[in-house]
Amino acid sequence: MNHLPLIIKREYLTKVKNKSFIIMTFLSPIIFITLIAVVAYLSQVNSDKVRVISVLDESGLIENSLKKSENTSYNVLPEMTLEDAKELVKESEGYGLLHILNFSERKPSSKDFTFYSEESPSITLISDIEYDIQSELTLRNRANKGIDVETLNSTKVNIDIAQESFDGEKTSKEGSVFKLIFGCAAGYLLFMFIIIYGNMIMRSVIEEKTSRIIEVIISSVKPVQLMLGKIIGTSLAGITQLVIWIILGGFLMLIVSLVIGINLFETQTPQQEIMQQSLNGFNFDIESLKIAFWSLPLVNLIIAFILFFISGYLLYSSLYAAIGAAVDNETDTQQFMLPIIMPLILAVYIGIFTVIEDPHGVVSTVFSFIPLTSPVVMLMRIPFGVPLWQQALSLLILVGSFMFTVWFAAKIYRVGILMYGKKPSYKELMKWIKY
Amino acid sequence: MNNLLEVKNVSKYFGDFRALNDVSIDIPQGSIFGLLGPNGAGKTTLIRIINQITIPDSGSVRLAGELLNQNHIKDIGYLPEERGLYKSMKVGEQAIYLAQLKGLSKAEAKIRLKYWFERLEIGDWWNKKIQELSKGMAQKIQFVVTVLHEPKLLIFDEPFSGFDPINANLIKDEILRLRENGATVIFSTHRMESVEELCDDIALINKSNKILDGKLVDVKRQYKINTYEVGIRTNNNSELEKELSEKFNVSKASFKSLEDELKLNIKLQKNESPNALLNYLTNKGEVSHFVELIPSVNDIFIQAVKNN
Repeated sequence: MNHLPLIIKREYLTKVKNKSFIIMTFLSPIIFITLIAVVAYLSQVNSDKVRVISVLDESGLIENSLKKSENTSYNVLPEMTLEDAKELVKESEGYGLLHILNFSERKPSSKDFTFYSEESPSITLISDIEYDIQSELTLRNRANKGIDVETLNSTKVNIDIAQESFDGEKTSKEGSVFKLIFGCAAGYLLFMFIIIYGNMIMRSVIEEKTSRIIEVIISSVKPVQLMLGKIIGTSLAGITQLVIWIILGGFLMLIVSLVIGINLFETQTPQQEIMQQSLNGFNFDIESLKIAFWSLPLVNLIIAFILFFISGYLLYSSLYAAIGAAVDNETDTQQFMLPIIMPLILAVYIGIFTVIEDPHGVVSTVFSFIPLTSPVVMLMRIPFGVPLWQQALSLLILVGSFMFTVWFAAKIYRVGILMYGKKPSYKELMKWIKY
Repeated sequence: MNNLLEVKNVSKYFGDFRALNDVSIDIPQGSIFGLLGPNGAGKTTLIRIINQITIPDSGSVRLAGELLNQNHIKDIGYLPEERGLYKSMKVGEQAIYLAQLKGLSKAEAKIRLKYWFERLEIGDWWNKKIQELSKGMAQKIQFVVTVLHEPKLLIFDEPFSGFDPINANLIKDEILRLRENGATVIFSTHRMESVEELCDDIALINKSNKILDGKLVDVKRQYKINTYEVGIRTNNNSELEKELSEKFNVSKASFKSLEDELKLNIKLQKNESPNALLNYLTNKGEVSHFVELIPSVNDIFIQAVKNN
């Protein structure tokens, strides 16, 4: 008798009908969007305020080259002592005081420029000021040395290296950004999915143990079937939740944008400003973005994503199910959680720090074959072009170890679900395998 | 002999711990079979083996002549001692789910559930969640779920725990009715008076070994102590008592009676007949009470376990 569909259906319906699940499904996007809206609103209010910065320039060279911006203005102070200037700025509740020593007789150094303020100033502001000072002084130096700026500029050459693999596949820096985004999104999605729904599976196993229904159930179905049914049913509930989140989230985002008039998609947070500055080297234009996007190995990406996501998720969730079977209550799960979470976190770190830097290096390659890290690492590597045989091999190892884990987890599950009152050690778990 | 279940030389080890050692038990078709034993003797392990929850290390189990396999799941109904239901699931839904796992179709399960719920007068619980019910109420539902698929073999582990006397009686009557309708029942309990009342056959397991089994009557015969409880009225009770204790193995007895009389337990030798004793006594005075002492299951249990 095959009861798997029946079990899947029950697990799915119980999860989906659960009150807290429903509340979380509909409340999460609302909370999330509200949070973004509040942050966006506040940062807009914040950026409406004009920061007044007083400048005490003893050299007299800089004061006029500081560029006013939308929310920063400069107030040049007449000659006075530094102490007086500080007092003055404090009293007038200005944002800060830029003090420049007189360096006209020598080469300027960092010590000549100091910014005084009540609190630490914003990073973007300081870098703006630094940029203004640097360009002013550079210009001045060039003029002093008799270098004609126009000539200098005209000699500048801007090169954008075209990238092409030996197979003739064109890539570009824009493409790299896409790869980065895809890799990180896929990796994180898997990571979050495993943690949230893996835990849910574990809890539902524990629930069956504590409500003591387990013995009735396994006198009708095989423990492996029950375990697989739980994993699949919970995962389907997870996918349902995710889809609702995406749809509802997108919809709410649109409404909020329309109603409040804040474009959430284009809100400038300080982080984004910094990012944009560092990305200034890239010349984004829609056309090259399109080309970059279509030159990604899209079919490969999608298929690999589905395969690695499913097998990776199943691998981890069977471990979660085994943990649930081994313990009596959730507090006892701690000792077994670490070995699961560690490789997962390791995978994400390797993905972010190593794969992006060197997608085909030794570390990235090795970890994209080790089963517990491979789903995340491989998913992050694939956009950068991984030979098919490597993908296939990695998937084969992953599926192989998934089957082994299910066998292993089923053993623990079979024995563990009927064990009460004992907090098992690893040694004991090993013994269960032989039962 | 027509046995529904035949357990042959079953052994089971958990690591170094021996849970069952070469146990063989035959359960006759249509009987109520008492599976007895002290705590931790191995009863639950044996029951789990019959339910295919645990796989024996050696030995075989046959149901209706066939080695146990997945098809037998629908032939067995099991009410475990550690029982429970999904707390947040509705009674009706849950019962249907569990019945489906035993191979019933949804429609069939519904019809039968309606019948049982009416029979036990619990129809209005259909849409309640288990957590809203009392323990006894949940037990009733569990009982229904156990018998719903009309299995050939029913296994009850302490079926009366958690029930008040009225409901316990109700369940007892249902068990007897199920047997009349052709089911065979394995009954595991520590309440010896219900074994006495219900069981046709028993087996006693102690420290992983079967130490006793057979028809309850045969077992009792085996443990017969040849002792008679006697009440007799004479003019001089103490003189008769002295006389008797010289001839027989005598001890004081106590039972209810209307008169003040001599009450004794008299143990006979193998070759002595009770008729001779009775004749002897009628010559001495008025015999108001003459009963053979039959060992209770309780006595047999304690004696067998002690001797083991």
